[in-house]
Amino acid sequence: MAPQEAATHCPYCALQCGMTLRHVEGRVEVHPRQFPTNRGGLCQKGWTAAELLDHPDRLTTPLLRDRTTGELRPASWDDALTRITDGIRDIQARHGRDAVAVFGGGGLTNEKAYALGKFARVALGTRNIDYNGRFCMSSAAAAGMRAFGIDRGLPFPLADLGRADTLLLVGANPAETMPPLMRYLTEQRDAGGELIVVDPRATATARAATRHLQPLPGTDLAVANALLHVALTEGWVDHDYVAARTTGFDAVRRVVAGYWPALVERLTGVPVADLEATARALGTGGRVVILTARGAEQHAKGVDTVTGYVNLALALGLPGRPGSGYGCLTGQGNGQGGREHGQKADQLPGYRRIDDPAAREHVAAVWGVPADDLPGPGVSAYELLDSLGTPDGPRALLVLGSNPVVSAPRAARVEARLRSLDLLVVSDLVLSETAAIADVVLPTAQWAEEDGTMTNLEGRVLRRRALREPPPGVRTDLAVLTELAGRLGSPGRFSADPRTVFDELRRASAGGPADYTGVTWERIDDRDGVFWPCPSVAGPDTPRLFVDRFPTPDGRARFHPVEHRPAAEEVSPDYPLYLTTGRVLAQYQSGAQTRRITPLRTAAPGVFVELHPDLAERLGVADGDELRVTSRRGELLAPARLTPTIRPDTVFAPFHWAGTGRANSLTNDALDPTSRMPEFKVCAVRVEKVG
Amino acid sequence: MTGRIIIVGHGMAGARLAAELAARPGDHKVTVLGAEPHRAYNRIMLSNLLAGKVGESDVELAGAAGQTVDVRLGVAVTAVDRADRTVRTADGDRIGYDHLVLATGSRAVVPPLPGLDPVALPERVAVFRTLDDCRRILATAGGARRALVLGGGLLGLEAARGLATRGLDVQVVHPVGHLMERQLDPAGGAVLARTLADLGVRTRLAVAATAVAAGPDGVRLTLSDGTGLDADLLVLSCGVRPETGLARDAGLTVDRGVVVDDRLRTSDPDISAIGDCAQHDGTVGGLVAPAWAQARVVAGLLTGDEPGARYRPQPVVTRLKAAGIDLAAMGEPNPVAGGEELTFTDPARGTYARLLIDGDRLTGAILLGDNPSVGTVIQLFDRGAPVPADRRSLLLGRATGVPAAAPVTSPALMPDATTVCQCNTVTKGALVRCWRAGARSVGEVVATTRATTGCGSCRDAVEGIVKWLSAVDSVEVGA
Repeated sequence: MAPQEAATHCPYCALQCGMTLRHVEGRVEVHPRQFPTNRGGLCQKGWTAAELLDHPDRLTTPLLRDRTTGELRPASWDDALTRITDGIRDIQARHGRDAVAVFGGGGLTNEKAYALGKFARVALGTRNIDYNGRFCMSSAAAAGMRAFGIDRGLPFPLADLGRADTLLLVGANPAETMPPLMRYLTEQRDAGGELIVVDPRATATARAATRHLQPLPGTDLAVANALLHVALTEGWVDHDYVAARTTGFDAVRRVVAGYWPALVERLTGVPVADLEATARALGTGGRVVILTARGAEQHAKGVDTVTGYVNLALALGLPGRPGSGYGCLTGQGNGQGGREHGQKADQLPGYRRIDDPAAREHVAAVWGVPADDLPGPGVSAYELLDSLGTPDGPRALLVLGSNPVVSAPRAARVEARLRSLDLLVVSDLVLSETAAIADVVLPTAQWAEEDGTMTNLEGRVLRRRALREPPPGVRTDLAVLTELAGRLGSPGRFSADPRTVFDELRRASAGGPADYTGVTWERIDDRDGVFWPCPSVAGPDTPRLFVDRFPTPDGRARFHPVEHRPAAEEVSPDYPLYLTTGRVLAQYQSGAQTRRITPLRTAAPGVFVELHPDLAERLGVADGDELRVTSRRGELLAPARLTPTIRPDTVFAPFHWAGTGRANSLTNDALDPTSRMPEFKVCAVRVEKVG
Repeated sequence: MTGRIIIVGHGMAGARLAAELAARPGDHKVTVLGAEPHRAYNRIMLSNLLAGKVGESDVELAGAAGQTVDVRLGVAVTAVDRADRTVRTADGDRIGYDHLVLATGSRAVVPPLPGLDPVALPERVAVFRTLDDCRRILATAGGARRALVLGGGLLGLEAARGLATRGLDVQVVHPVGHLMERQLDPAGGAVLARTLADLGVRTRLAVAATAVAAGPDGVRLTLSDGTGLDADLLVLSCGVRPETGLARDAGLTVDRGVVVDDRLRTSDPDISAIGDCAQHDGTVGGLVAPAWAQARVVAGLLTGDEPGARYRPQPVVTRLKAAGIDLAAMGEPNPVAGGEELTFTDPARGTYARLLIDGDRLTGAILLGDNPSVGTVIQLFDRGAPVPADRRSLLLGRATGVPAAAPVTSPALMPDATTVCQCNTVTKGALVRCWRAGARSVGEVVATTRATTGCGSCRDAVEGIVKWLSAVDSVEVGA
């Protein structure tokens, strides 16, 4: 008997707002729930999330591409699974095990992310698995790992934001991307705090700030080094902290000595006075928090840019100081948990490295397979997508919880690579743009139909609770993976029961950096979630990291000197403008879900290009005119939206739409050398009026 | 490109080149010979050192990392033998090179005044150029009360400001009728002089120095009007001259600086010159940005990393920034024929702005005081980008960015289509319709429309509209 009510969380972003789902007159109603992340708030996406449950576009039967007509046709589960397993066997027999690849998502529950990683390594035996979180969190993750020895988005609870004297947001627009988080920022500002936003656009968040720095896209790193330069010259560096808790400061000091404010003003366009005032607010505030998000991270120098802000935080003595610190605002619903349990090419559960022999032994023992049978590290998301169907690349791909045809950089190329596959399998709720070009489409359960856990932007492990069973014809991803593993004759044991999978995940994570051993469903139920690391059931969890030491071999955080460098693609006479991309409030990620929800479609009906009235005047463009935006990789057609909130040398387009409105047709696939993050946030374009 | 590269000079240009070379691929062997015994340091920060805000270690710059660079400090080069491609050092070494880069910098000019021996300055008198100069100034400034600075250019004013920050009574003597005359017009110079006066730096303009008399008890500067000024310290800031002795002795083409082409090559293709000592297209250096750009070009060429690299001078932006002073000056101080000139002066607040425009491009700009558009103006000038049709944004405030917050108007005046709650897309009209449908409290309106339930920042607005609705019986709502 299904319950009449379920206390769960929103299906969308990493804030994971608490919500209660109820059956009311044959429909599912969403009600906001008091929870520390949202304090009873919900944005329009959350309120309307249930509209997809019984939506006419919902997939309720597998689809198979007819080999003669080329069309997708409804099929039985048995036929669909047979086509998949026959295809996998055939391709692996001809091209080797790595010829079958897996692409996951940051929206999958911990259980599904874990099972997917295990399925790839054990059932498929492929090294080729990565996920769309590579496009989201990877730069902050890499910077956090190398500085702190751990990667948890926020090393402190959200409530600290509301109490900060100074809060610096770099490339973050929570007013649109996670609106209920703004309650903390309002609280912070009402208490007299300084809220400083760094963004090339005067976003809704920037307009709510006490100070807005509006740098040229791709120059956030230089801003960070200039802020530290000023902190040094003004004597705001916490030398005691630096001496006691860090290593490597001297090298950073000598690098930032070369970033005096006037030099950086010229690079970034941020006035010296603003750099100085910002440094003062950071350097003289009591409780000071520095946060980055995609604006700083989605660059070919994303890791170094985040490192610049981590260096600043360390020099000011923030990490581990009560009420202060550095953090990153994770994007996707399970962007945190999804990167901890083995979807990443180089990773095993518990944030272990797949090239670490001890980690392999431990995880292989939990999985019941020889460690030597586990494949090694694969390549990152974009490299994986870019290699599909090429002579040395995979011939088959399984996609869960992702829509790369819309969300990947240089999307036209990625779409062509996906089309070149011998077998593309997509599991989704609706016929996403990626599902539409698949050979096999599997209808999967929605958030209100599954149990499991998510780990939010604070590192807080939460419970997703089912209100109802999936509709007839729909299966959960766990059930499908288990069935496929069985049909493939996989070693090890797979389970369709999320709690069983979670208990196995706990054992697999034991002793790793992201240790979930002590996180039980009961313990999560008893309170508002459990913060990892939590190495024992009897012991405490960890709401605040770094209080006494950093999880590095010597317990100290590490400075890394970082230098500014130009964007991978700078403007030129043919492509004279910068393009930056991002989100709007009423849509989520590739839009496969939110574009189908009427109130959201009404609020944000389609793509647009933001440009400054001065630029529009020079181009002879009026508000609403249809524009063609062209980069070296493709073009976008969209109406002009004139606004003084953007720099006149930069245009903006949201990336939620497909077809001719696909902003990612333009974006640059240059990758960060460490995180392999593509440069979504800046490329060179030309803008013309159509007709 | 394989080879032994010698860099003469370990200042900001030479050190940067060494770092650029070390960061690039190739099996070149780099030797840096620096006459000064210090690590590379940031000259721009020396005024902070004078002001006592930072210590010497804080001005150190990152050196070249790696095994391929051998930095030898305190080693002066005495000669270049181009025939057998070697350099000789003061300690008698002879070092061979495949390519030589001169980054010898410049030295401070000591004016030809009675009482000043350029080889051995008298006590209480110093130039302001190097870390050693700084030490010399600070050694005297410790017990000093009054300081004079001869020369009201950028460096002189930075020195003056630094000394004033230490609490000294500072006076600047400048032979021209206004300060920084190469960058500023007289009106701008006058506002700057007032700003300095407020910070404790007085100025004596349009008067030349004629003699210096320095002794253990003080220094006296005699002026062309017959008066004299007494102080405990005199800082000379009368310009710099490229250090070209080595190049001249080696027979390279030297004008004011060592003459180089777009690849920074001297008249000998195996020798390059960068930074203050180099003269490119008739212009000698003096600023860090061009020196670093030149270092990048030379590194690209020598390593074969960027064989097409060529030096293209950027326009010069002069920036004087210290507590209480914010000056940016760029381009020509005089308008071109037929050009536009826009000015804004607010002497009480020390604000002065002057933009020179030809067509739709900036040819020059002076921004002094609180000018929020300074970053935008500099970038427009740098790129030669067109200025906005409405020039006021550049003169008076942000050209881009935050529009003024919408004033809190009466709900009666708010159009129905205005979105009150962004998070849930709730318009004023929707709130009114909700009221007319029977909702009679904020709670009821919120429950129906979901306004305020996202970020919560529209709470006041929604409460205001509900209050207005309860006060007004009949409200017409548009479709």
